[in-house]
Amino acid sequence: MKPGKWYPVIILVALGLLLPGAASPVLAAGKTKTVVIGFTASKTGKFNVEATRQINGLHLWMEQVNAKGGVKLADGTMVKFADKYYDDESKKGRVQELYTKLISADKADFLISPYSSPLADASAVIAQQYNKIMITTGAASDSTYKKGFTLVYQTYTPASRYLTGAVDLLGKLNPSAKTLAIVHEKDKFSTDVVNALKAYAISKGYKIALFEGYDSGTTDFAPFINKIPQPVGAIMGGGHFADTTTLAKQLYEKKINASMIALLVAPPEPKFAELGDACISVVGSSQWEPAAKYSPESAKKLGMEYFGISVADFTKSYQAKYNGETPSYHSAGGYVAGLLLQKAIEQAGSTDTAKVKAVLDGMNLMTFYGVIKFDTTPKAHGLQVGHDMVYIQWQKGKDGKPVKQVVWPEAAATASAFVCPAR
Amino acid sequence: MWEQLAASLTDGLLLGFVYGLAAMGLTLIWGVMSVINLAHGPVIALGMFGTYLCFTHLGLNPYLAVVLVAVLGLPLGFFIYGVAVHRVINAPHLSSLLATFAVNMIIIGVGTAVFSTSPQNIDFSMGTLEAGPLTVPGTRLVAAFGAVLFTAGLYLFLYFSRPGKAIRAVANNRRAAELMGIPSSLVLALSFGLGTMIAAAAGGLIATFFPFTILSGGTYELKSFVICVLGGLGHPLGALLGGLILGGLEGLVPTFMPVSWVPVVEFGLFVLVLLVKPSGLMGAK
Amino acid sequence: MQAWRRLGFWLPVAVMFVWGLLVLVMHHDTVRETAFTLFMFIALASSLNILLGYTGYVSFGHIVFFGLGGYFGFYLLSQHNWPLLPSALAGGVISALIAGLLGMAILRLRGAYFALATIGINEAARAFADNFSPFGGATGMFIQFSAYEPYGGPGPALWASFIYLWIITLAVILVSYLVKHSRFGLGLLAIREDEDAAMVMGVKAPRAKTIAFMLSAVGPGMIGTLYFFKNGNVEPGDAFQLHMSIEMLVMVMLGGMGTVLGPLLGAVTYVGLRGYLLTTPIFQNLHLAVAGLILLLIILFVPAGAVGWVRSRVPWLRRALE
Repeated sequence: MKPGKWYPVIILVALGLLLPGAASPVLAAGKTKTVVIGFTASKTGKFNVEATRQINGLHLWMEQVNAKGGVKLADGTMVKFADKYYDDESKKGRVQELYTKLISADKADFLISPYSSPLADASAVIAQQYNKIMITTGAASDSTYKKGFTLVYQTYTPASRYLTGAVDLLGKLNPSAKTLAIVHEKDKFSTDVVNALKAYAISKGYKIALFEGYDSGTTDFAPFINKIPQPVGAIMGGGHFADTTTLAKQLYEKKINASMIALLVAPPEPKFAELGDACISVVGSSQWEPAAKYSPESAKKLGMEYFGISVADFTKSYQAKYNGETPSYHSAGGYVAGLLLQKAIEQAGSTDTAKVKAVLDGMNLMTFYGVIKFDTTPKAHGLQVGHDMVYIQWQKGKDGKPVKQVVWPEAAATASAFVCPAR
Repeated sequence: MWEQLAASLTDGLLLGFVYGLAAMGLTLIWGVMSVINLAHGPVIALGMFGTYLCFTHLGLNPYLAVVLVAVLGLPLGFFIYGVAVHRVINAPHLSSLLATFAVNMIIIGVGTAVFSTSPQNIDFSMGTLEAGPLTVPGTRLVAAFGAVLFTAGLYLFLYFSRPGKAIRAVANNRRAAELMGIPSSLVLALSFGLGTMIAAAAGGLIATFFPFTILSGGTYELKSFVICVLGGLGHPLGALLGGLILGGLEGLVPTFMPVSWVPVVEFGLFVLVLLVKPSGLMGAK
Repeated sequence: MQAWRRLGFWLPVAVMFVWGLLVLVMHHDTVRETAFTLFMFIALASSLNILLGYTGYVSFGHIVFFGLGGYFGFYLLSQHNWPLLPSALAGGVISALIAGLLGMAILRLRGAYFALATIGINEAARAFADNFSPFGGATGMFIQFSAYEPYGGPGPALWASFIYLWIITLAVILVSYLVKHSRFGLGLLAIREDEDAAMVMGVKAPRAKTIAFMLSAVGPGMIGTLYFFKNGNVEPGDAFQLHMSIEMLVMVMLGGMGTVLGPLLGAVTYVGLRGYLLTTPIFQNLHLAVAGLILLLIILFVPAGAVGWVRSRVPWLRRALE
């Protein structure tokens, strides 16, 4: 076969891809309209756990908003939401291609970021280029929002504020602890976290006894653990779910003692409890917890609007939809990404990018997930400045099983923190 | 400093035994038929999942499960050899490399669909051994011991059994062995089966102390390459030594520089050894 | 030198030329993105083919040149504000120089030993970039969104990188053809058949191999720079993916190694197939397994690749399919 014969095929394929995308929204014209939310998700690969919860959260929101009949625009059109997504295999390679496809072939009106900062970075370039609003969730690195994008909005508390609260907690818990050992994953997010953590700890008078990074996907932490000097005040760091869980487990097996062990991402996940004794006393920072105390009353106290579902309803409906699975902050992040779009479209009364952007820029409200407010300075546009972290600690429950308790900030605490016992 | 070094070296060397065992599977296949088995990593991962499934669903003791997995590894190896390798055994290297890589893709593809890529864990504790500055989890100690047992078994098989001697004869000179009436195809299939069996067993042992996904094999496959070259490609017993060298490095290097420099040293040494003494540090001539 | 008179020369060049032109005329972004991925792999596979197809040396870690060149070009681009084109060229030149140095050392190794060495070099390079702070260490480097401004915004910047890529791809194919039909190329083919005999016949094998290695490294170096520019950042994990390296080999093998048209055909088929499997519901979960199965069948039953197979069956097409 001559390759020249391929042209008709290629053109046909291209047309085939374009037509269905172009046809569907037209049919829905009139009183109702379907808004397509496009994203790629890590259905396979190393971000599989986190990303799956994120999609679950988003789907729950979509189901609920559509069940209510959608969102009403200024001209009376009812907007319903649909999603379109592809698997990015937790890799950056095809993210840009897929986002371009989502926008130009699948006619996505709004975008949600893939999970993790590097992937979100790649997709943000495309979103900005096509003048599409993108809500990022699971993309905490500060650096993403300092590249001059104007249409990218962050739901997560940025990385630089992930573990600084843990230093405050340590000061309260054990004022005599003066050294920190930091072992972190060498990806963008964790590096942003620990660099801010290190600077903050030094400013508070702590000595950094160890500062080392490990490759993503590391399973053997013995070389790092052996380097932790004894005694040490606290061990902090980690990265994503898989590696951090292993780190926690191996710290336990190696019987390392520290007043506090504070790790990233993994501890708030309910699955972390599978570690058994190894998870007891581990502190983690979380974007959101089912025990969070955000409510219309607390919003009123702060003089801001409360929007959407209550914390209890979110947890309940999530568990009902996903076989009793307890939502983690990744799930909440997925849900709130949709919720913010809903709110912005509702208030703008339009799906026009500029109008929705104006609403998002001025947004200052509370949801079940916490306060949402974006930085609007050109230097860090879209950076989340309203939302705060909570810190959880795994403690032994009455039946001896691990339970997750919110321990910091004190106003939101469900239990008081305790010093890590000798192992 | 010395305490750290002692702790670090102990950890490294114990792992070295298991890494060495994993590499042995690769080097055996190379030695007999000059094929670099790129399905090595996924086979290790299958060994991990086999052990995991036996442990969680059948409630078997993980070490018993490793033995079972090793036994199942043999027919798996026969199968891979028969389907993918036999036809290209005399073709240029590229063909066998890509054929085994195709097997790699198939195993990972099916594995991803069946097991997803979430990390799994064998939640099994053997306690912890404490001696002075050393704190060694029991599972690692047993795994190192298991690796030595498997190596001894392989050695006895290769040197004292008839099929083992046939394998060595074919590795030495296939044409001559055929002339002596040794059925070379059968022997090649057997060696591939043995290589797969050992890789799967090593995977099972690793799974008792490290978490894993279906993609985890890749890391150990790369380590196996390094070990094979250090110990001499094609020398099964050299692999154990290569494993110890690698494990020793992993213990030694972090004491003096950031841990993240370990792979630079490892792969740098790997290329250097290939250039200076391609037959391996222990290789003859 | 009658290259321009032969159909085998015109076919791949014309295909690439018209294709690129068509993309420019259609001016559709999805089409451009798809074409960018395809052109990238065509150029990578064709580059690899100059070494693999003509000399028979199996470079398993060829992606190292994509990574190193890309890193260097991106470094100039992001840290020293060089424009895209000079950065890409510098990336290519540096790749070739590194290939020259490495080649002198590792091209002495033969067969699987060479393949293993290239894997080692790729992993060593990745680990090195991971720790090398001028290149941003493990988190890599990135460019500000405003860096696209001089090209007239992100849209035109992406079009510009596509056009550069198109030109590079054409150049790689041209080089591939010229090498094959030169005295130098005949020397390489002789090395592929029997290196010792070739040396006896007067082929300066070490020099020839090194030059072929350098030629095969230029393209990936330039393309790396373009690719990372388009992405807006570079990280060690993305730059030195061993997996991508093996995919390049698969493409060459699919199309037919040692032919000019083969890598082109192989890349299009492979990328198309992967994309199709990935987005088709029935295969979605098994896309890797199905791709593996197809690869296995081809290795076992059509080892000469598509072009090689046609050439051996249909003699009159030989002149057209080089």
